[in-house]
Amino acid sequence: MKNKSTGSISALAIAAAGILPPAVATAEDYTKYGVVSDLPGTCNYAAIDAMDYSGETLNVITHAIPVIGEPTALHAEQFAELTGAEVNVVHVPFGDLFQRIMIPFQSGQNAYDVLFYASLWIGDFNRFLAPVPEAYTNSSGMSDVTDSFKGVATWNGQMIQYPMDGDRHYLKYRTDVFENPEMQAKFKDATGRDLTVPATWEEYNEVASVFSGFDWDDDGELNYGSAEVAKRDDLMFSAFISRAAPYAKHPDVGGGFFFDLETMEPMINTPGFVRGLELFVEAQKAFPPGGSSFGLGDEIFSFGGGQTLMSYSWDDAFIQAQQEDSRIRNAVGAAPLPGAKEVWNRETGQWDSFEEPNRAPYMTWGWSSAVSKESENQKMAFDFLCFFSNEANTFHDLQIGRFGVNPYRDSHFDSTFWQGLGWDADVADSYVTTLSEMEDSTNRVYDLRVPGVGQFMSSMANGVAEALAGQKSAQEALDGVAKEWSDIVDRIGADRLRDAYANVVRLEDNED
Amino acid sequence: MLKPKHFFLLPALLTLAAIILFPLIFTVRVSFSSWDVYQTGLDFIGGRNYARLFQDTRFWESLLRLSGMSFITVTLQYVLGFALALAVWKKMPGGRVFRVLFLVPMMTTPVVMSVIWRTVFHESLGPANDLLSMIGIGPVPWLSSATGAFISVVIVEVWQWTPFMFLLLLAGLVSLPREPYLAAAIDGASPTRTFWQVTFPLMAPISIGAIIIRLIEASKIMDTVNVMTSGGPGTATETPSYYIYIRGLRDFQVGYSAALSLAYLVLMIITLTIIAKLLMRFLVGKDD
Repeated sequence: MKNKSTGSISALAIAAAGILPPAVATAEDYTKYGVVSDLPGTCNYAAIDAMDYSGETLNVITHAIPVIGEPTALHAEQFAELTGAEVNVVHVPFGDLFQRIMIPFQSGQNAYDVLFYASLWIGDFNRFLAPVPEAYTNSSGMSDVTDSFKGVATWNGQMIQYPMDGDRHYLKYRTDVFENPEMQAKFKDATGRDLTVPATWEEYNEVASVFSGFDWDDDGELNYGSAEVAKRDDLMFSAFISRAAPYAKHPDVGGGFFFDLETMEPMINTPGFVRGLELFVEAQKAFPPGGSSFGLGDEIFSFGGGQTLMSYSWDDAFIQAQQEDSRIRNAVGAAPLPGAKEVWNRETGQWDSFEEPNRAPYMTWGWSSAVSKESENQKMAFDFLCFFSNEANTFHDLQIGRFGVNPYRDSHFDSTFWQGLGWDADVADSYVTTLSEMEDSTNRVYDLRVPGVGQFMSSMANGVAEALAGQKSAQEALDGVAKEWSDIVDRIGADRLRDAYANVVRLEDNED
Repeated sequence: MLKPKHFFLLPALLTLAAIILFPLIFTVRVSFSSWDVYQTGLDFIGGRNYARLFQDTRFWESLLRLSGMSFITVTLQYVLGFALALAVWKKMPGGRVFRVLFLVPMMTTPVVMSVIWRTVFHESLGPANDLLSMIGIGPVPWLSSATGAFISVVIVEVWQWTPFMFLLLLAGLVSLPREPYLAAAIDGASPTRTFWQVTFPLMAPISIGAIIIRLIEASKIMDTVNVMTSGGPGTATETPSYYIYIRGLRDFQVGYSAALSLAYLVLMIITLTIIAKLLMRFLVGKDD
């Protein structure tokens, strides 16, 4: 704290040396900040406490409270108290966040030093961001970040985003139903096969439809099979990518998932994507009433509140289900996203059959952070981000579902940590195993991180929404999307997009 | 010849230029640029944005949808507003209380009310389906079917803006001259005949004004759609304002959304002028 002269002196010395301080052993008690204890690390409380930014100002733009906005405000306040800096935090709703960052960038204003935003916008923002200095890429926290999330933060071989969250889509299901002999018998009667956790999207739809429209948890309310994000402008594009990925991402065919990298021809209307959309349309039969207009919040509430048997998307619904006051706590399990036994091979123009379902884990976009290239306080900005994601803060933030911080470091895939929060061992094991195995997959799918990603995703979401609403067939809808995508490619420029898309393909083809 | 007194106009003229002319001229300039998420600044691409606009079926479909939505909502608002105004026009017990109560929806924030209505129409948890289930109806797909979502938006619009119509029409009613009513009473005209032969014609000018004002406002519907349906399911409730918002602020196609905005402005001016002329001709019997 800045009333200690030693802190100021050491900070000045460090600033003069231009290097980060090593982890400082200290007897200082930092539990008043809500952490159990200060943990060793490059930017732990003691190290940041030793810095002096008195009289300097840091401007931060972030999401609205609570998701990411709340931890930003919390750690900004702590950083200000520890260093003496003035930290101004601006909270912006998600729908306005992109333009609120982009307009100052385009007009050359130095509006914000630190930015929190969706990681898939890197294709648009990269030219305005300061590379993460080596002192921070070599920090203790960064060395623990998984390779895939380092890849997400990297652009043309240079880390320009500061990882502070990890996101992926995976399957969540009710173990109490899947393990209930009565329900197993009911399912076998209906389908002739044993009830298993769905390994393909066809199985997912089948299980969902059998367990839809009756009270399978005896709470007096009807239950349903599946809760999905299906509202057009509410992140539905990510749900569609999850569903289409195993049909369209062939493990033996590289060179692009959304586009053919060589020609920049859209792949979005190829049979793999069409099949994924057809199954998405079919799945609506097992949605709860109004499920076709569910946004992410509805999906979290529906599965996390015990209304539906299965769900897939970000961590939130699972964490909601595992909250202390949840009536379905420890009655849920995590599993990889369903796969496909038939996969479209765009090189041969044929469907290839797989004995074991093809899985294509979707490393979906999450929150990331960065420092503006125009910032005059880059060192303080990176110190703030390093502090935000230090070991003690990260473990603290992971425990609070509404914060929106999810595992992104190897140390987060430790079942005992989650068991310490009251999770049963099998629940914690299924969670960390599902998440960590995605890190090992060689057939992952990433977001379309290119300039104009908002235009591409908006167009795709509209096409998918038209098919879900029955306005068009799956093929017609995606043909329309492909046409729009071609137009966008023409406007932005195929070469510009190819250069950007190569970054995504490198990740998907495991070239980094 | 400029005289010193003319300089007193300067503040007003400067204000006018700052808040009306500059944004309008700047928007025109932007509409001829390719300002986009990847292209910063004001280059010049001629009429390419306007050419693209003519092929943009989603925009034209949203205009058609808006026409239907505006016609339905404004007609309902007019009929209900007139009925309510007539009800409290004559002295009635508690009339003052009703006048205030009728105005409450109009005074609430559209976004806040849309959130509340979205909860009301929530198909699993909302009270609308709960109430309907008590009489054996439902569940109604309020927001997940095209028709349901359209009707839901219409209901919210009518609920929120009927009070505005009520207010204008009531003001018109209280300012009507008494003589025609005395003449009608002497002639023994029934209440119905009095309404059609006296009240309605006398109220025609203010009715036209109220309808046009509401049409202008209805054409800008955006917040209700954004909060309740996001333009869906599919594109079932997508209006031009919401579509322009998506293109401009979500997709960051600044140049193209400027062209859409201007085209929309011109179309609305032409359409509303025609509607006003037609209403004048049929309700008042003259063109001006």
